[in-house]
Amino acid sequence: MKAFLILEDGTVFEGTHIGADKEIISEIVFNTSMAGYLEVLTDPSYAGQAVCMTYPLIGNYGICREDCESLKPWPDGFIVRELSRIPSNFRCDMTIQQFLTENNVPGIAGIDTRALTKILREKGTMNGMITTNEKYNLQEVLPKLKNYTTGKVVEKVTCSKKFILEPTLHLEQNGPLSGSARFHQEDYERGIREHKPSLVKELNGSGLRVALLDFGAKANIARSLAARGCEVTVYPALTAAQEIIDAAPDGIMLSNGPGDPKECTTIIREIKKLYDTEIPIFAICLGHQLMALATGADTHKMKYGHRGGNHPVKDLATGRVYISSQNHGYVVDTDKLDPSVAVPAFINVNDGTNEGLSYTDKNIFTVQFHPECCPGPQDSGYLFDRFINMMKESLAKKGEN
Amino acid sequence: MPKNPNVKRVMVIGSGPIVIGQAAEFDYAGTQACRSLKEEGVEVILVNSNPATIMTDRDIADKVYIEPLTVKVLEQIIEKEKPDSILPTLGGQAGLNLGMELEESGFLAAHGVKLLGTTAATIRNAEGRQEFKDLMERIGEPCAASKVVENVEDGIAFTNTIGYPVVLRPAYTLGGSGGGIAHNQVELEEILENGLRLSRVGQVLVERCIAGWKEIEYEVMRDGAGNCITVCNMENIDPVGVHTGDSIVVAPSQTLSDKEYQMLRTSALNIINELEITGGCNVQFALHPTSFEYCVIEVNPRVSRSSALASKATGYPIAKVAAKIALGYTLDEIKNAITKKTYASFEPTLDYCVVKIPRLPFDKFITAKRTLTTQMKATGEVMSICDNFEGALMKAIRSLEQHVDCLLSYDFSDMSAEELKARLKIVDDQRIYVIAEAIRKGVSYEEIHDITMIDIWFIDKIAILVEMEQALKEKPLTVELLKEAKRIEFPDNVIARLTGKTEDEIKKLRYDNNINAVYKMVDTCAAEFAASTPYYYSVYGGECEAVRTADRKKVLVLGSGPIRIGQGIEFDYCSVHATWAFSKAGYETIIINNNPETVSTDFDIADKLYFEPLTPEDVESIVNIEKPDGAVVQFGGQTAIKLTESLMKMGVPILGTQAQDVDAAEDRELFDKILEETEIPRAAGGTVYTAEEAKEVANRLGYPVLVRPSYVLGGQGMQIAISDEEIEEFMEIINRIAQDHPILVDKYLQGKEIEVDAVCDGTDILIPGIMEHIERTGVHSGDSISVYPAPTINKAVKEKIAEYTKRLAKALHVKGLINIQFIAIGEDVYVIEVNPRSSRTVPYISKVTGIPIVDLATEVIIGKTIRELGYEPGLQPEAEYFAIKMPVFSFEKIRGAEISLGPEMKSTGECLGIAKDFNEALYKAFLGAGVDLPKYKNMIITVKDADKGEAIEIGRRFEKLGYTIYATRSTAAALNEAGVKARKVNKISQESPTVMDLILGHRIDLVIDTPTQGRDKSRDGFLIRRTAIETGINCITAMDTAKALVTSLENKSNELTLIDVAQL
Repeated sequence: MKAFLILEDGTVFEGTHIGADKEIISEIVFNTSMAGYLEVLTDPSYAGQAVCMTYPLIGNYGICREDCESLKPWPDGFIVRELSRIPSNFRCDMTIQQFLTENNVPGIAGIDTRALTKILREKGTMNGMITTNEKYNLQEVLPKLKNYTTGKVVEKVTCSKKFILEPTLHLEQNGPLSGSARFHQEDYERGIREHKPSLVKELNGSGLRVALLDFGAKANIARSLAARGCEVTVYPALTAAQEIIDAAPDGIMLSNGPGDPKECTTIIREIKKLYDTEIPIFAICLGHQLMALATGADTHKMKYGHRGGNHPVKDLATGRVYISSQNHGYVVDTDKLDPSVAVPAFINVNDGTNEGLSYTDKNIFTVQFHPECCPGPQDSGYLFDRFINMMKESLAKKGEN
Repeated sequence: MPKNPNVKRVMVIGSGPIVIGQAAEFDYAGTQACRSLKEEGVEVILVNSNPATIMTDRDIADKVYIEPLTVKVLEQIIEKEKPDSILPTLGGQAGLNLGMELEESGFLAAHGVKLLGTTAATIRNAEGRQEFKDLMERIGEPCAASKVVENVEDGIAFTNTIGYPVVLRPAYTLGGSGGGIAHNQVELEEILENGLRLSRVGQVLVERCIAGWKEIEYEVMRDGAGNCITVCNMENIDPVGVHTGDSIVVAPSQTLSDKEYQMLRTSALNIINELEITGGCNVQFALHPTSFEYCVIEVNPRVSRSSALASKATGYPIAKVAAKIALGYTLDEIKNAITKKTYASFEPTLDYCVVKIPRLPFDKFITAKRTLTTQMKATGEVMSICDNFEGALMKAIRSLEQHVDCLLSYDFSDMSAEELKARLKIVDDQRIYVIAEAIRKGVSYEEIHDITMIDIWFIDKIAILVEMEQALKEKPLTVELLKEAKRIEFPDNVIARLTGKTEDEIKKLRYDNNINAVYKMVDTCAAEFAASTPYYYSVYGGECEAVRTADRKKVLVLGSGPIRIGQGIEFDYCSVHATWAFSKAGYETIIINNNPETVSTDFDIADKLYFEPLTPEDVESIVNIEKPDGAVVQFGGQTAIKLTESLMKMGVPILGTQAQDVDAAEDRELFDKILEETEIPRAAGGTVYTAEEAKEVANRLGYPVLVRPSYVLGGQGMQIAISDEEIEEFMEIINRIAQDHPILVDKYLQGKEIEVDAVCDGTDILIPGIMEHIERTGVHSGDSISVYPAPTINKAVKEKIAEYTKRLAKALHVKGLINIQFIAIGEDVYVIEVNPRSSRTVPYISKVTGIPIVDLATEVIIGKTIRELGYEPGLQPEAEYFAIKMPVFSFEKIRGAEISLGPEMKSTGECLGIAKDFNEALYKAFLGAGVDLPKYKNMIITVKDADKGEAIEIGRRFEKLGYTIYATRSTAAALNEAGVKARKVNKISQESPTVMDLILGHRIDLVIDTPTQGRDKSRDGFLIRRTAIETGINCITAMDTAKALVTSLENKSNELTLIDVAQL
């Protein structure tokens, strides 16, 4: 079946329909990761957007359920050059075609994704429609596209009630340590597939309790902490600060999430209250932006954002550069930053935009990129250890007092 | 970290002659790195024995030593030039080994020279088998169960504990020389013994066989501050068991999920960090296909063939960045040269798929085993880019120039499904064609996978191509079907064949329906940022990003495709220099080429680079967009010449010598007419199509005769025949491939072979110098030792040669380069062949005479005259030194290849010996080719009757040098009779000890074995030569070569004089 992608600027791409049979309007963004389409699809930060993968061959290894970053795919639509007609991977549970259809995600394949990417790069992120209606009327569609806004997406993606992720008690529970996996013929023949490996070498977070505010969290944020031994309580986005403070966690984790941070006025207010406590806080992506807004800084929308697994970020304290996984369309303004509140801790080497803040005289640090990776480079996973150390030092100080 | 101010004079070590496993990629890397160093104001002292390289040009380095790559020579150069640092990681394994030896002996420290980039300790950790294993164990990175052994007994004992099969890898060898998989003790003993001998340190790693696992590579960069990035990863379609250089490789990996991708990426970064590599590094992994188990196969702490491929596949200039890192820069201080916006501290992301296919030399070595193993056999490779895998594979196949254009090109249709399944067990260069046929015959994906271990995903892609073949055969050719066939890159001629239409009909249907190739950019960033120096690849469908710029005249330079025996790096040298010369003259330059190893496909050589197959259709698609003002074909070897006619049909003017004149030189009758008019003699001969005609001509001329196809390079298919039977045999071989042109049969003349390269402006000619071959006619010019200036011909003969060259160039209306081979017999000069184009000797003669003939030829093509360029026409004055070009062979890599020299070219590379004294030049040339004698002073002589006289003289001279001579029965008798003491040894068929035992005893320096005239059918001679080569013994098959060698040894001196060729 034919499908069309109609952009706000009037450009129309004709391709083949994939996934669910429905028409959608959404904000069109592109992601440059070469692997990890499943993690992209199941990243709740893509709620309210339709994602175009710049890598042309998608679906090659099918869907491995354990790699999902949340319970379902979130993008409104999926745009690819080509979907593999068969998947090939020993852990593959289903095809990407099935996955999209079953989860009601429509999409379009066979279009010039590079041309689309260039349009978004030159003109900035814009809205678009994916439709199979060959008789679409541009005059009617374009105003609809211009007027479309998402709004309140965090509330759509956050968990409905709080839950606890039990800590890892023995390292083996995390799956094989990366590098130590061994193939077992007998298990394999019995249909047992090895779990994905883990990089965690010690349970340095044992005994620590972390409150994670879920603004659309990728599963690997909580998992990264639990795998290190932390007990993680996941709270819905609109949880009152006091409830968290009352639970007296050793640290608070603010997650990633979708949409314009400035829309989250209630959450920002509550985060300010968390800031005012002495509890160590680590924030990622949307969480990082919200903390900045809560403490008087500003954010703005980027022309076309950063979405991919190849962005270099520089740790300003050490000068070291790490390749990071990124997914954001908004960024913290550093020129309006009050150094008595926060100073830049990371910058993007490509465009110099802010990638992290260190809060002055506070046990708070926040990053724009994704140390939990999935998909993308695992280089900055050490930040979870930094957070754990921060919690331990804070506890030790408390003990002294 | 800014640049280290203490680095001012850097010595760069090149990789020496092109051999299998160490080829053009190091010229590419070295050239890029030298330019990068010079950009930083660093003075570059270059050492490389290979004169065909661009890196040995005076514009690339400040001081250029084309000297043998030995420790002693390097020490002498260091003493003379006093560099403050040395960069050994650009010259492949050869360069790295030399750097290590200099460091280990304490010479560098004693002379205050620093090893730049990666330290010696790091190299030891990465390259020493045991050190590496220990280090991997320490950081928790798995290696296959293995042990380093130094003798066969330990190897057997260890293998008994881990079980067969085992893989054997000798330490410190290039291209995996001497390695292999042993399935039983007999194989183990054989391979191990050989490997121990070839290893520089006498060590071989015995390890658990991981054959059949996925082979994945990562190219990693690290700077001195510890910042690491991966440039890209690559997946070998052929699983572990086939050397990555012989595998079909795809980038990025296709069948790895993010979990596997990141697991291996993190491992690669851990390894490079632990090794503290500064610069580029290649990490190879074996990944179990159905689990997360993996092993680190090996690490190359230097730029490599894979890094060249990764650079071209991504646009990330690894060698350039590695050079900057060596100077002290960090990755985030180095600009991304493609985007000019981002920095080297980011990871390229691809929005296309890259396929590399090796170019294997089995068309040259028809007796060789085609099987692929862990020992690399490819001489070169092609790379293609497309937005889908099927298309990239199709483009790569037709880029090979091996008479293949689709998966039907090797015909296995007469085999049954069962036969095909059996055939699939043979791992060779035809495997994908066998898979395609198996799919056609209904063999399931699973069955194919179980036999080949090739991932199902790739098998399905082959199936998609097979389904398209069937659709084209069976269904009506609708516009939709045509679109789909073009999307997966079926060329028009294949579509025509399958649909029963003509190629022109298909083209018309395409044009009528606007189905045209469009061009996308390689920009390192999947279009996230605008690019300033991108290059292009074609796809069908979508937006075209290549835009014709209108401000300047445009010239199309056609490259020479994959490196193969007979068409090597020399033609890339010519293409690049022509491009630069056109650029200088104000032209916009457009290169088309598909070889990822070369300088010509570097992103900043031409204004525009199209990474595309060199077929008429692919070229025409580019011409349709660029509408060049002219094309130049004379620099790209036979690949480019073959496109002349097509270009003219497209309406592209050929710049320089015209097509009809190229034809006149190749066409027997036209050429005979020209010779008649110009009164130049040649050997009598005739043109034939059939064996009957050939025999008729041969008998008329009298044997021996030379038989060869026309329009070929490197003497492909050329043979000397001495009988009707041989004529029949050779004609059968030649006609296995349909010939578009007649076959030539010439009287074989024996004399001195002379070669000339000249520039002609239509009126005047310029001959930089005359080269004389050491070997008599009958040995291909590319395999002969070539001497400039010609030492044994007199002035009159030289003048005659100059005069003939002038007459021929004018008669053929040459504008640009011409290459002519002559035979001189006494005062008589005969012409053998004329090639109105660049030749193999162009870089060599340019360098040793200091006359940049490619640049001059290009200027002449544009319209300047030789006088206007500041040269007095005619033969230029001779130099005051001798420059000797020595062929270098890779026989030990090709099991079963016949090594004896003849009219068909077999060498893969060359080196130079240059000195005031002829004998010293000769000695240097042999030394550069790896002939470092004497060692044990034992030699074997076994020659055919006709050579016995010369053998006596040569034997006597070796005897005087203290050699003990062993000889087979009749040779021994001849020698002893003439008073040369020779010990008789038994033939192979006789009782032990035989000549074979002697060779295998490893105490022999040299074997001189001349095969009987024509094709040597005796297994004895063949076995002797093969065994000698495979045991690392020098083996000479021409008496002239033997004479030259003994002359060089007689004049061996310890101190060599060094010549900076940049000053010539």
